[in-house]
Amino acid sequence: MTEEANLGVDIGGTFTDVVLETGGRLHSTKVLTTYAAPEDAILDGMRQVCAKAGLSPSALTRIIHGTTLATNALIERRGARTALVTTEGFRDVIEMRTESRFEQYDLNIVLPEPLIPRDARFTLRERVDAGGNILTPLDRTEVEALADRLEGFDSIAVGFLHSYLRPDHERLVREVLADRLPTLSVSLSSDVSPQMREYERFNTTCANAYVKPMMESYLGRLRERLAHEGAACPIFLMHSGGGIVSIETAAQFPVRLVESGPAGGAIFAADVARRHNLDRVLSFDMGGTTAKICLIRDGQPKTARVFEVARSTRFKKGSGMPISIPVIDMVEIGAGGGSLAHVDSMRQIRVGPESAGSEPGPAAYGRGGLRPAVSDADLILGRLDPDNFAGGTILLHPDRSEQALVAEVGGHLGMDAVQAAFGVSEVVDENMANAARVHAVENGQDLSDYTMIAFGGAAPLHAGRLCEKLGITRLLVPPGAGVGSAIGFLRAPYAFEATRSVYMRLDAFDGALARTILADLSEEAAGFVRSCDPHADVRTDAKVYMRYKGQGWEIPVALDGDLAAAPTADALGHRFALGYAALFGRAVEGLPVEITVWAVNAATPLAPTVPTPETRPAGDVEGTPRRLFDPVTGAWADGRTLPRERLTDGMVAQGPLAVTEAETTVIVPRGFTVTGRADGVLDIRRTS
Amino acid sequence: MSVQSQIMWNRLISIVEEQAQALIRTAFSTSVREAGDLSAGIYDQRGRMLAQAVTGTPGHVNAMAAAVAHFMREIGVDTMTEGDVYITNDPWMGTGHLHDITVVTPVFHKGSLVGYFGCTAHVVDIGGRGFGADGESVYEEGLQIPILRFIDRGEVNRTLIQMLRVNTREPDQVIGDIYALAACNEVGLRRLGAMLDEYGLSDIEALADFIVDASHEATVAAIARLPKARACNTMTTDGYATPITLAASVETFPDYVLVDFAGTSAPDPKGINVPFIYTVAYAAYALKIALAPEVPNNAGSLAPFRVTAPENTIVNARRPHPVALRHVIGHLIPDTVFGALDQILPDTVPAEGAGALCNFQVSLRGSNGERSEVLTFNSGGTGARPRLDGLNATAFPSGVMTMPVEATEHAGPIVIHRKELRPDSGGAGRQRGGLGQYMEVGPREGFTMEFRAQFDRKAHPARGRQGGTEGGPTVVQLSDGTDFPAKARFAVPEGQTVRLAFPGGGGMGPPSERDLQAVARDVRLGYISEKAAKRDYGWTP
Repeated sequence: MTEEANLGVDIGGTFTDVVLETGGRLHSTKVLTTYAAPEDAILDGMRQVCAKAGLSPSALTRIIHGTTLATNALIERRGARTALVTTEGFRDVIEMRTESRFEQYDLNIVLPEPLIPRDARFTLRERVDAGGNILTPLDRTEVEALADRLEGFDSIAVGFLHSYLRPDHERLVREVLADRLPTLSVSLSSDVSPQMREYERFNTTCANAYVKPMMESYLGRLRERLAHEGAACPIFLMHSGGGIVSIETAAQFPVRLVESGPAGGAIFAADVARRHNLDRVLSFDMGGTTAKICLIRDGQPKTARVFEVARSTRFKKGSGMPISIPVIDMVEIGAGGGSLAHVDSMRQIRVGPESAGSEPGPAAYGRGGLRPAVSDADLILGRLDPDNFAGGTILLHPDRSEQALVAEVGGHLGMDAVQAAFGVSEVVDENMANAARVHAVENGQDLSDYTMIAFGGAAPLHAGRLCEKLGITRLLVPPGAGVGSAIGFLRAPYAFEATRSVYMRLDAFDGALARTILADLSEEAAGFVRSCDPHADVRTDAKVYMRYKGQGWEIPVALDGDLAAAPTADALGHRFALGYAALFGRAVEGLPVEITVWAVNAATPLAPTVPTPETRPAGDVEGTPRRLFDPVTGAWADGRTLPRERLTDGMVAQGPLAVTEAETTVIVPRGFTVTGRADGVLDIRRTS
Repeated sequence: MSVQSQIMWNRLISIVEEQAQALIRTAFSTSVREAGDLSAGIYDQRGRMLAQAVTGTPGHVNAMAAAVAHFMREIGVDTMTEGDVYITNDPWMGTGHLHDITVVTPVFHKGSLVGYFGCTAHVVDIGGRGFGADGESVYEEGLQIPILRFIDRGEVNRTLIQMLRVNTREPDQVIGDIYALAACNEVGLRRLGAMLDEYGLSDIEALADFIVDASHEATVAAIARLPKARACNTMTTDGYATPITLAASVETFPDYVLVDFAGTSAPDPKGINVPFIYTVAYAAYALKIALAPEVPNNAGSLAPFRVTAPENTIVNARRPHPVALRHVIGHLIPDTVFGALDQILPDTVPAEGAGALCNFQVSLRGSNGERSEVLTFNSGGTGARPRLDGLNATAFPSGVMTMPVEATEHAGPIVIHRKELRPDSGGAGRQRGGLGQYMEVGPREGFTMEFRAQFDRKAHPARGRQGGTEGGPTVVQLSDGTDFPAKARFAVPEGQTVRLAFPGGGGMGPPSERDLQAVARDVRLGYISEKAAKRDYGWTP
């Protein structure tokens, strides 16, 4: 058998990261993203890493790809000419949203534009009720008449009320359109997102339809170009739920590719967690514009069913559009190295979500940026080397940072540049800490017994302080953090989640029906996985979403072992009550409990990880003196600095310390000790 | 200003937001879990509100600012114990009607009382005549719960639960919601304890002073920039059987703004009267959004907005006046205040809008005796703004959401046949008023339906400003064309449905000044018909 050579490719907003893993070694490169033809950057990157590894593209065995292209198309509204076909009387669901304002105190609020404008939304006479019964049958001739009006469109979203219970009418539309307009791309809400709540479901379907022609064409071109280069191996796509799917499934449900890059980051952290045998991990990914925070339990990132994309106003919750698909559950906030700081009318320091981006960049870049960014604060507080930033490619100007900090922050508050930098840094750290806390509590978790895994360009500068704020006592900084997402793709399993809405009260529990539903879902999900690899060893994982009857939101209850094979009302009720009390303090007495959604995730087992061997102390490294600002005392401290290469397996150094490397600096706070590990990870622990 | 105090202030804001999310996750009524008709806040030892979740609606948020002081007085601070949870639905001490249940939990840290968490939610039924305006005193509007202990040292008050169970039409939902309110404070309590531990604090008094003083100072600074003047406005609305006139004067002083409602109509015999606490809430909201929107909401930022109203007016109705639909008049207060404020601070406030939420409740009866109550919240259009069109079908001043149609249809045997924008309902102007919406509802087969309309702006649609025209008025009809008043309770005959048209917002500025490209776009999207475009704007295709 030939040796495995797997290529991971992450197309981001600025860079396309390419990683080749072969013979146990990683070769990586970053090339600028080529917007007009994203596949160009991939080919360029592929040639580079293949050359580094001394390999021909024809020797590649698998390519795994994640991309923000779908997300960006939604944010920038560069999608197909898309129409929505919906139930008569409900033409404006995606425009009326929740009929609320996402900001209570703004008379000049601007609401997000619907993805599909009103003149591209069509209705048909049909109706299914909340029991799944047909109230008004759909007349085929009316669909045929409508088809004639849809000729100018490239893609159609179909969303009917209660179709998650009964998809017949949506399927009839697809059938007629396939007959009349065979080139048209069609997305049904009962396929894309079969869940209750019409606004979320329709919107998700519209988003899918909107990006589908573009993604289909892109993926087709990519496959051709790669084949032309000799890379004829199978291509897979990373989806937002943290698994990989075939290129065909991806082209069918491109909305599931949204946020696949950050999902790769979470998988990367999960892999590090497994290597180090950690069952509770907080992954912290901080780049130039945003920070992403995710909980990883027992080596698996947490997943959710809804998230919001394309927030139009300052990342404000509610200013974007909801997408209900299986996603890795993470919080993303506008906090990155480029996030800009200012003082508001309350004389409070505010940081982000506005970012300096790469042009003009933070004031320190000396490219005309006059407003202070988080990186400017980091520079002034001694955390960044002016001469060795981004591998020495960008020379930093501390004087520009000082000027910007004083002009925009310190001057308003009577603070000097250092105090202002301290304020900016503390505010951004507290913003991230708050996001992490809220996320943890929403999931009923206490972060004090978690280990943090930090990656992304800016994370190693702030992770130590974040640990102090969150009461976390251990922090791992893995190598290759700059291309973490692409590495994560290589670690992801083939996975697909199938869900179905079937309401069942526990006091009317139908065991036979429950077994049938779970068996059908298992077959559906496993089928998708087998389409990636027919010989795969597929494992399925079932869970149900439960609530007290009358509630609108559910909590997930896992069905393992016997419970999945033969679920009983008693066992389910018991598990639900335990989970509910853990989250909300006490169970509610005397109310019936029901199941609303059934879900089965099918996945291939993760590749066995090689545990990182325990370390034997090999000696202390001193480093050279360097002044570092200590945010705990609010004063300068005498610290040390040393290059990362010196922290080989078992080498130990004490904080306060700045560990430098080509892309960033790892800050080890006072009271923490860093130990090099065999896999290149820096293992930082609180020692006092 | 210490960095640490700023950080802790932000933390409190995130704690109350989380408190609100816990309520949404655990609530039963669609009004809470889907529509967000709730509020959550934290208070200091003295009962001063320090932070409020942005999730929620101003009528709750600002009314609750005063609620905790009532709990402190009625319960007695000395008798408060760890594990206690208090409750009320008193309209004059809570948030204005019996359907809002307020729950307050004292916070103990290392044995001492350091503050309170409070939250409010609108429950689906509280007994009496059902949610509607037809009670003639508060006694007809449902069960009154005075301020009392819901949980006493960890023990749930089963007497109260039993009383509730027989006094509401939807006992499971209502009792479930009360548990959810308690759970929501519990989440806040855990997080505040963790913050105090982290910072090694024994109380939040210094932090409270910092928050209240900084917010007060910032609000006063915004007020100081205003011209010193006094202006008046009146606005007439439908009322129940007879029109109601709302009169407001706004007067600016160096460090506060005074709104007075002298000249406003007397209380109405029906349940559209407003407890003063709710009037204060919406008058303060109107001033705050126009004058100092970015200052976080708390006792300090609200204090410079002073509100007075003569006793025995509809905006200061005393017990036992009926108050169930206090929001219908209460939501029109911002438009009344804006009319006066516009004369002092031009080019800032919008034209009049739909104002009141377009809520209705239906009672459904099955042939087998099955009963069900379904409440929905819906919105008309907002008034055009000095530089922007009004918002289509969007709540203002209320902060609640509509319920998904699919969720509403799961809540009871109702079918919503239509819910979409209402073309030509936005007032014409340089900036167009927001569109209202059409709805059509009926019972599922085998059920009869009683409909309770709770609307306004039928005979008195939203007026335009500076030459803008008025928005479309409310319409309530059966499918056979039978017309009903905006506030009515009627049975829907078998085979028929109720057809509703909700009001649009008023326009701003002369229609002749509207950009013709904007008119063309409105025609293309069907926001206005070609006929209206021609009539109002002289547009030709």
